[in-house]
Amino acid sequence: MKSSVITFPGSNCDRDMDVALNKFGFKNKMVWHNDHELPKSDLVVLPGGFSYGDYLRCGSMASKSKIMHSVINFAKSGGLVMGICNGFQILVESGLLPGVLLRNRYLEFICKNVYVKIDNKQNPYFKNLDKEVFEFHIAHNEGNYFCTKDQLKEIEANNQVAVYYCNDEGKTEDLFNPNGSIKNIAGIFNKEKNVLGMMPHPERMIDQSLSGEDGSLFFKNLINNLK
Amino acid sequence: MTVNEKIAIEHGLKSDEFKKICDLLKRTPNITELGIFSAMWNEHCSYKSSRLHLKKLPTKGKKVIQGPGENAGIIDIEDGDAIVFKIESHNHPSFIEPYQGAATGVGGIMRDVFTMGARPIANLNSIHFGSPQHKKTKNLLRGVVHGIGGYGNCMGVPTIAGQTSFDSSYNGNILVNAMTLGLVKKNKIFYSKAAGLNKPVIYVGSKTGRDGIHGASMASASFDEKIEEKKPTVQVGDPFTEKLLLEACLELMAGDSIIAIQDMGAAGLTSSSIEMASKGNLGIEINLNKVPCREAKMTPYEIMLSESQERMLIVLENGKEELAKKIFDKWNLDFAIIGKTTDTKNIELFFDDKQVANIPVNTLVENSPMYNRKWKKSKLPKKVKIKKDSLNGLKIKEILKKVLSNPNICSKEWIWQQYDHTVMGDTIQKPGGDSGVVRVHGTNKAIAASVDSSAVYCWAHPLTGGKQVVAESWRNLISVGATPIAITNCLNFGSPENEENMGEFVECVQGIGEACKYLNYPVVSGNVSFYNQTKEIGIKPTPSIGGVGLIKDFTKMVTMNFKEINNIVMVIGKTEGHIDQSLFARSILNEKNGPPPEVNLFNEKNNGESLLNLMQKGLIKSAHDVSLGGIITAVSKMSIKGNKSIKFNKSKNLINEINYLFAEDQGRYIIEINPKNLKEVAKILDQNSVYHEELGVIIEKDMIINQKTKVTIDELKSYNSNWLTNFMSA
Repeated sequence: MKSSVITFPGSNCDRDMDVALNKFGFKNKMVWHNDHELPKSDLVVLPGGFSYGDYLRCGSMASKSKIMHSVINFAKSGGLVMGICNGFQILVESGLLPGVLLRNRYLEFICKNVYVKIDNKQNPYFKNLDKEVFEFHIAHNEGNYFCTKDQLKEIEANNQVAVYYCNDEGKTEDLFNPNGSIKNIAGIFNKEKNVLGMMPHPERMIDQSLSGEDGSLFFKNLINNLK
Repeated sequence: MTVNEKIAIEHGLKSDEFKKICDLLKRTPNITELGIFSAMWNEHCSYKSSRLHLKKLPTKGKKVIQGPGENAGIIDIEDGDAIVFKIESHNHPSFIEPYQGAATGVGGIMRDVFTMGARPIANLNSIHFGSPQHKKTKNLLRGVVHGIGGYGNCMGVPTIAGQTSFDSSYNGNILVNAMTLGLVKKNKIFYSKAAGLNKPVIYVGSKTGRDGIHGASMASASFDEKIEEKKPTVQVGDPFTEKLLLEACLELMAGDSIIAIQDMGAAGLTSSSIEMASKGNLGIEINLNKVPCREAKMTPYEIMLSESQERMLIVLENGKEELAKKIFDKWNLDFAIIGKTTDTKNIELFFDDKQVANIPVNTLVENSPMYNRKWKKSKLPKKVKIKKDSLNGLKIKEILKKVLSNPNICSKEWIWQQYDHTVMGDTIQKPGGDSGVVRVHGTNKAIAASVDSSAVYCWAHPLTGGKQVVAESWRNLISVGATPIAITNCLNFGSPENEENMGEFVECVQGIGEACKYLNYPVVSGNVSFYNQTKEIGIKPTPSIGGVGLIKDFTKMVTMNFKEINNIVMVIGKTEGHIDQSLFARSILNEKNGPPPEVNLFNEKNNGESLLNLMQKGLIKSAHDVSLGGIITAVSKMSIKGNKSIKFNKSKNLINEINYLFAEDQGRYIIEINPKNLKEVAKILDQNSVYHEELGVIIEKDMIINQKTKVTIDELKSYNSNWLTNFMSA
């Protein structure tokens, strides 16, 4: 399986994602934001970080970079595109996913482990996972997902919510919402479910000595689904 | 403008220093030259009050690749790998403008590290604020934390450990010390020493603006009521540009184009160009019209003294200009050839085709002033006789509640949760433990680092305090299973022109030196920050020690959370019941006098090394050093983290129970061992003459201190975890 990780100026989880993808069997290539063409890929990942310093609006400048034309075309033709953290923000800014990501409700950067609940397994990312509640890691300042009422209706009607913030038992109450996201939403799909954006970082949970191993389950399952 | 003594004094120079400049030049300097002298000769850059004493610190060792004098120190961690590290203060700017002050402190120290070719792999910080009741404290704390996070998070370097304290002596002068560790291959280290004639001098990074002019001079003076006027001397950080600069520099460093490289930190283009020329025993010629400027009509004086951030100066090999430019273009950074190396041994500056400065480099560096300031020796205070009555009526549970929720002991999660501590995917011990630990990427090795200071002890008796901080740093590394290698120090003091403050400096440095020497724990880098005072009031002496150690096999790392019910808890090192200057004495008995706990370096070394030996044998399940708040505080933290607690044995010793639990005697650790290993552990400790006693056994939930006193785990958590969050949201 071939994957590509895009490096924008200011990306800083690109290496971590490269390590994770390679560890679980992907042949990963790093792709520079100024390139025109994506290499042949089964999965394209927009990594976390602070592309263009997050100076205008998180992800907005990166969403206009050269490589994004190819990424958007790739997504529109059904290719798998996953955006983590800043990558999620870029996907939203590029129009591949609905909604926006606002500043966290207490206006502070948050770095900690959280639980997320996977609601919908009818998609290439989560199909065949044998549990629903995962412990992932978040590290962001703007992860407060927001959309209009109409958008929310549509998102829910199409089963587009990928993951919700919850507790270890899967309860999705506001108490377990770290950043104020509407309906505890931690990640969403596009309608077709080939584009996934989420704030949590599975790539930081790939080893027992790190924050945990639920990221390993995610990546192992993902590559098996793609085979 | 014609320069005279009055203008020189306005630049922070003394009359006799101005006279010395005129004598050295054999003429009166022009305004640009005066600016350069004032930047190079201020306390911050010249170390004129401290040099004499810093020379006495041990700086050499088998593992030391580079000691003080370069951008950062370097130690050998085997297999061709090395760790570059340094701590630096950004106190004055952070008090004036906390966000930018702290942010640029973090940016500056990271540049010091990657200038040497190392990729930063961990950040730490030591931050100190005034009394929580002081009106500025909350905003300063919030600003500093946001600034540290804002810069470090954007750079993608994890902040893995730190220290925060509150004390009214910082009401008018907070401390912000930032530390960075970087990883480099031993054969790919870059230095600041220029070499060769007519080599191109290259400017890269951000453009030069009017920010931070005289920053280093500002940091070399006390504050007064006009402090708000100093805001323009604070630099403005741009972590995004620094991230690009990091990647571009490392890309260029992968080849062989660079002869010398130096970041533009304090005193900007002035100190970086002079440093490179001085180390190479060369001259340097710069055309200031070539310097990329952010603002129009900047004068040579402003260009030379700007402290705009995210800039580097490079001496390149001839013919490598195109290749280098291509890399900086790729990263959208300015790249300009601004001058060349010469054989004049002078720094010559040109602007609009005119020479605007011409100064022999050695007058700025070797001939800079050095003072043997007067200082006053401190006497060891007499022990306080605490009357038995004052202890009667105190309830252990009540004391414990106050101690665990004390601002200097309570959980700092509110702070470190705002720092990305897991990016780079190698953090295996997060903030909140004894040391932060990161793996050396792709290997079985890990690096532990901690930062410590004990201003109260240093204030009570500087010599003992100096030793104690080093010992505590050493213990914090041992507690996670790391072999301590070397330290970096950030020496924060009041005015060197005050005999008492100077005495505190001299004796703290002496204490640090003695401990480092005994523990074979050399100083490889550091920084001195004087004039941490407002009007006549100085801070408590606060040397911060950043310690670095190696764990050869990271699977043997030890953490402090209690692991398993029925395991035995033991304390290593003798408890004599030293209460003076303890948190208990100061905050419960309101007794501020007396000596700090004595530091016995033999015991420190012996206890630490013996424990490390037990850890390497896999006999230690958890460990934590005993420091502020004594045994019961240490045990409480291990309980909170492990969600299990301890039933204390009936005390066999003769010390009063309160003294025993809250005393701050040095050289102690709490360890957890499996009962089946008890005999072996005791035997090894006995063989090494390490004092040890069994403290109790791990139980499921509640801490049982004695027949009458029980504290539930939830109570412990609530005592410890709420203070800071409540304070910041109130």
